[in-house]
Amino acid sequence: MDITRSEVVAVRAAAEVVNVRHIVRRAAVDLAFSLVEQTKIVTAASELARNMVDYGGGGDLTVELLSDGIRKGVRLIFEDQGPGIPDIQQALRDGFTTGKGLGLGLGGAKRLSNEFQIDSAPGRGTRITIVRWKGSA
Amino acid sequence: MQRIPILKMGPYLLVSIQVDMDDRTAMALQDDLMEQIVRHRARGVLIDISALDVVDSFIGRMLADTAAMARVLDADTVVVGMQPSVAITLVELGLALTGVRSALNIERGMDLLRSRIEGPGIADGHHEE
Ligand SMILES: Nc1ncnc2c1ncn2[C@@H]1O[C@H](COP(=O)(O)OP(=O)(O)O)[C@@H](O)[C@H]1O
Ligand SMILES: [Mg+2]
Repeated sequence: MDITRSEVVAVRAAAEVVNVRHIVRRAAVDLAFSLVEQTKIVTAASELARNMVDYGGGGDLTVELLSDGIRKGVRLIFEDQGPGIPDIQQALRDGFTTGKGLGLGLGGAKRLSNEFQIDSAPGRGTRITIVRWKGSA
Repeated sequence: MQRIPILKMGPYLLVSIQVDMDDRTAMALQDDLMEQIVRHRARGVLIDISALDVVDSFIGRMLADTAAMARVLDADTVVVGMQPSVAITLVELGLALTGVRSALNIERGMDLLRSRIEGPGIADGHHEE
């Protein structure tokens, strides 16, 4: 599998989540994702970028375009050095929040992605990787 | 931070969201709407989201909270023009937006508000016994 393009975006403030939506949209458009596919990955990115700001003290998003034979996809890696997630199963549950949210961000982002992985431990920060392949809507 | 303009038309407030809102802009719109409902004694609020190509859980909650708070202030809210791709994504996200009245376009949204506020029988001349 090849990474045909890669860029890193710093996400420190809530206003920068808008930026993330635009960058991820552009990546999905460049791979000619359908409108529904674009909307799904952009929405997932919006949720995970906000979590980085709200709970992780800000972090970095890496946007990669993937090419695997004839398959094309977008991989997004959200990394922060925040407090980490002590209980990942609990955090993924719809409705669970330690803040003021609806608790739909993590579970929703997982449903909106084809691949979803969380690496996190208390004090070590959080890395969440999602992939969406073209033609999988 | 941007501010989304709110138009007053008779007993109604109209908002057409034309920019991708950050969270503070969304909260400011909610606050501004509540303030103007009270100030103008508005009976209905129409929010056009046809230009929004993403509604995530924050914006979705803002719309739901706005409708619920407006209800307490005796105003009905209609959200119009949600793009089909946005509707599909919201369902998968897990946000049903129950309690938010919606319509296909501004015209139908206005009809809905008028019929709720003026009641049936005025628009179509029908009289109740
Ligand atoms: N990057 C992160 N760092 C630390 N905790 C996180 C992070 N992302 C999510 N969490 C935790 O997971 C919970 C659930 O997140 P989410 O599903 O997005 O719902 P919400 O943002 O509404 O709380 C958060 O309340 C928070 O406790
Ligand atoms: Mg969240």
